[in-house]
Amino acid sequence: MQVGIGLPATVPGAPGRLVVDWAHRADAGPFTSVGVLDRLQYDNYEPLTALAAAAAVTERVALVTMVVIGPLRNTAGLAKQAASVHALSGGRLTLGLALGARRDDYDLAGIDYAGRGTRLEEQLTGLRDLWDDEAMGPRAVLRRPDLLVGGATGPALARMARLADGYVHGGGPPRAFARAADEARAAWTDAGRPGAPKLWGQGYFALGGDTARGAAYLLDYYAFTGPFAQRIAEGNLTSPQAVRQFVSGYADAGCDELILFPTVADPTELDRLADVVA
Amino acid sequence: MGRRPLRVASVGGGPAGLYAALLLAKANPDHDITVHERYPPDVTFGWGVVFSDATLGRFREADLRSYTQITDSFVRWSAIDIFYRGERLRSDGHAFAAIARKQLLRILQQRCADLGVTLEFSSEVALDDVAGADLVLGVDGIRSAVRDAHGGWFQPRLDERRAKYIWYGTDLVLDSFTFLFRDSPHGLFQVHAYPFDGTRSTFIVETTEETWRRAGLDTADEAESIAYCEALFADHLRGARLLSNQSRWVNFVTVRNARWVHDNVVLLGDAAHTAHFSIGSGTKLAMEDAIALAQAVDEHPDLPTALAQYEKERRPVVERFQDAAQDSLEYFENIPRYTHLEPLQFAFYLLTRSGRITYDSLRLRDAEFVAGVDRWFARGPAAGEGPGPLLVAPPPALTAIRLRAVELVNRVVVAPVLAAPAADGEPGEDVAAELSSWAASGAGLVLTPPLAVTPEGRATPADPGLYRPEHAAAWSRVVKAARDAGPALVGARLGHAGPRGATRPRREGVDLPLRAGGWPLLAASARPYAPGAAVPAAATPADLDAVIAAFARAAEAADDAGFDLLVVDAADGYLLSSFVSPLTNRRDDGYGGPLEHRLRFPLEVVTAVRAAWGEDRPLAVRLTASDLADGGTTVPDAVAAARAFAAAGCDLVEVRAGHTTPRARPAYGPGHLVGYADQIRNEARVGVLVGGGLITLGDVNTVLAAGRADLAVLDPRRR
Repeated sequence: MQVGIGLPATVPGAPGRLVVDWAHRADAGPFTSVGVLDRLQYDNYEPLTALAAAAAVTERVALVTMVVIGPLRNTAGLAKQAASVHALSGGRLTLGLALGARRDDYDLAGIDYAGRGTRLEEQLTGLRDLWDDEAMGPRAVLRRPDLLVGGATGPALARMARLADGYVHGGGPPRAFARAADEARAAWTDAGRPGAPKLWGQGYFALGGDTARGAAYLLDYYAFTGPFAQRIAEGNLTSPQAVRQFVSGYADAGCDELILFPTVADPTELDRLADVVA
Repeated sequence: MGRRPLRVASVGGGPAGLYAALLLAKANPDHDITVHERYPPDVTFGWGVVFSDATLGRFREADLRSYTQITDSFVRWSAIDIFYRGERLRSDGHAFAAIARKQLLRILQQRCADLGVTLEFSSEVALDDVAGADLVLGVDGIRSAVRDAHGGWFQPRLDERRAKYIWYGTDLVLDSFTFLFRDSPHGLFQVHAYPFDGTRSTFIVETTEETWRRAGLDTADEAESIAYCEALFADHLRGARLLSNQSRWVNFVTVRNARWVHDNVVLLGDAAHTAHFSIGSGTKLAMEDAIALAQAVDEHPDLPTALAQYEKERRPVVERFQDAAQDSLEYFENIPRYTHLEPLQFAFYLLTRSGRITYDSLRLRDAEFVAGVDRWFARGPAAGEGPGPLLVAPPPALTAIRLRAVELVNRVVVAPVLAAPAADGEPGEDVAAELSSWAASGAGLVLTPPLAVTPEGRATPADPGLYRPEHAAAWSRVVKAARDAGPALVGARLGHAGPRGATRPRREGVDLPLRAGGWPLLAASARPYAPGAAVPAAATPADLDAVIAAFARAAEAADDAGFDLLVVDAADGYLLSSFVSPLTNRRDDGYGGPLEHRLRFPLEVVTAVRAAWGEDRPLAVRLTASDLADGGTTVPDAVAAARAFAAAGCDLVEVRAGHTTPRARPAYGPGHLVGYADQIRNEARVGVLVGGGLITLGDVNTVLAAGRADLAVLDPRRR
């Protein structure tokens, strides 16, 4: 299993310079990827824009959206944007897509909440068509970005198995990931796909001792889930040992790549995580 | 946490209300708590209640004193007895404990009183009467008035089941959890019985509504019902009496609610959720609710947060339990489906019915019972024909199975998706190598992916086929290589992709149309498989004749190639499947309309294949158990179809679900197709092959030993 690190692009108030430097430092560290999250109504950076900036200051790491809320975006625009980040980075983009969990993002974007599953399904085929279209570019890279799909329901897993290259899990303890991984593999086989889906996991960490700040961020970011936010905040990995156990739990469950997202936007957090996963 | 004292009103004085009251009072003696019970102190319905060890552990943590009193009043036992067809089948090593419901209530009432909780008996209150309370516990049972006062908010769904049951006591002292299955002239009755103190046992009688009416129990009074049941079970009661406690025949009601919390009103226990009595968990869930609520209130100074936390914590646990209870309930509702099973298999099914006990976990509890199942399974239906008893036997997955003249060394099937492409349908050396590697895996049967019977019948240009004259020889080399590699036999699936043809290779995804070099598609009706897919032509009579001839030619070629088993693919939205599903078949000729017409073309294909395929070799059909979509086929359709295919000469049904349209709403997980296989096998009485999330040999053993399927596709996590 490979381990990547999230950019602090969803931690409120993180300066742009910090986000960009973070990506640069991640490229020098033991990490194999940098990840971003998506949200409209929040103090955060647009994920593909953040990855475009990251592309400029990195040479090695994969650039991953975990996820982009697909139906909020026009498919042609998204295809163009993703192809651009992919080309700018020399083919390092992995595009994770899902429906998202917040209705207010849809309301703000003026997009119907109903029918969003069908919309994502059309988007998955539409993106490939646009990427294959000779009249469209940039075409600096031969192979299209890998497509991942997230979501825990049967129809979401079926969509992943039919039309994506892998599955992106929404987070949780290793045993929750293991269960989801079994379901994803079952869906993949059921659809008649050869091999196995690429399985991506995610977690949160705060290793600098300021656990209250990390918890406050998670409580705020996940406030829309009600008391579940408390659970998520309790799952924040705040010690090297917790990180190691989490990483080995995910590895045992068959995760291919795990991205750990910072909950405190302080560059020393990156160094601490680098020390643990090195 | 230093929170302010609360005024708490419990509407209902059953175990949930009393236990929540005592735990709240214990956490903060300044809470002002009143429990309103509509009946006097000693009135109770039902007899004993059962708890597991895990639940008892939670009681001990929550309140040691009541835990001690409860366990002091317990009876404990470890055996499950199943009386079926005049035999007693005993499985030991389980851990049960039970207490008289009346005694449990007494303990909780006393403990409440000691902690300063006010107990108001014969006190029927409405929500308005407790308007001054900071927190109202809705613990007034299945027909909760508290809940129904805010019905629009809680959105209760009450699912009243058709089976009839009655809750008796008996002065027979049992030493096991006892299931009785008794045929009567009026139909089948079953009993769930267990001890709850040193002198008496709970004795629940259950039957279908039809049997209940035939027996005249719909018009029987209390004494007549008792007399009927005492006579029916006289040999078990051995002179003991059945005791009524205002016992009436009722229907079980499964309660679910969209929400459990409304402002300061919170639902617990049966008011919030019920779980079928066959897994003995109503009181357990109610008291665990109480523990979670008291903890949440103690931890969160803010009451709305506490109540939301309670619901968040309990709902997933309760729903998992309700799922298991639903499996158990449906099993007991459908008992006639399983009464053809022989005693050991019937018992194994009963023990593993809700998915909480598996072959492997049962072996840990009772190795000898499982060894008995193994021996019975290995000996097969010809039991008693051997010269002596079996001493050792392989587990069910590793027993041989004979299909016509073909014997598989075991019942484990592998069905790889080939990575190696075929060139114009012809398999190359790499296909032979891939299948050989699977043949050496230890499985009894290797199945190919669908081999197209015509070039247009391929889903992708890389798909293998059996349509050109030279294909038979090419497959003959593959089969020989695989047979040389291991003990597995090799089966071929024959298919025609129909409306799902002319797509890109599957490593990219499925149903992505070819950008160039596609071919015309064929289907029952001219409807594209997916949005954006090519529109197929509706098959003409001449097309149908040609397809039938192609399947027959492919069957002959398969015979020549030396395949041991043949599967005709009539599932997954392929050509034959497009006839079966009403979602894709809109024909108005003799091949459309009712199910028997929609099955006509697939049956014509199977009949032609059967005639062309060796009489001594088995034929299977790949069948969709359910379209999993509105307006689509459901399992009863598949049962009828399975019977028709069996009559046309099929020896085996390979079970699939969904994929007839991309709009299916599947659920994936461990053994996600097993329920369908079970119903098809045990209603249509046909041999069944099932796959789907069966990851370990233990999973396969659980499915086979219970008679839910005859062969299983193993999908190991890693290979």
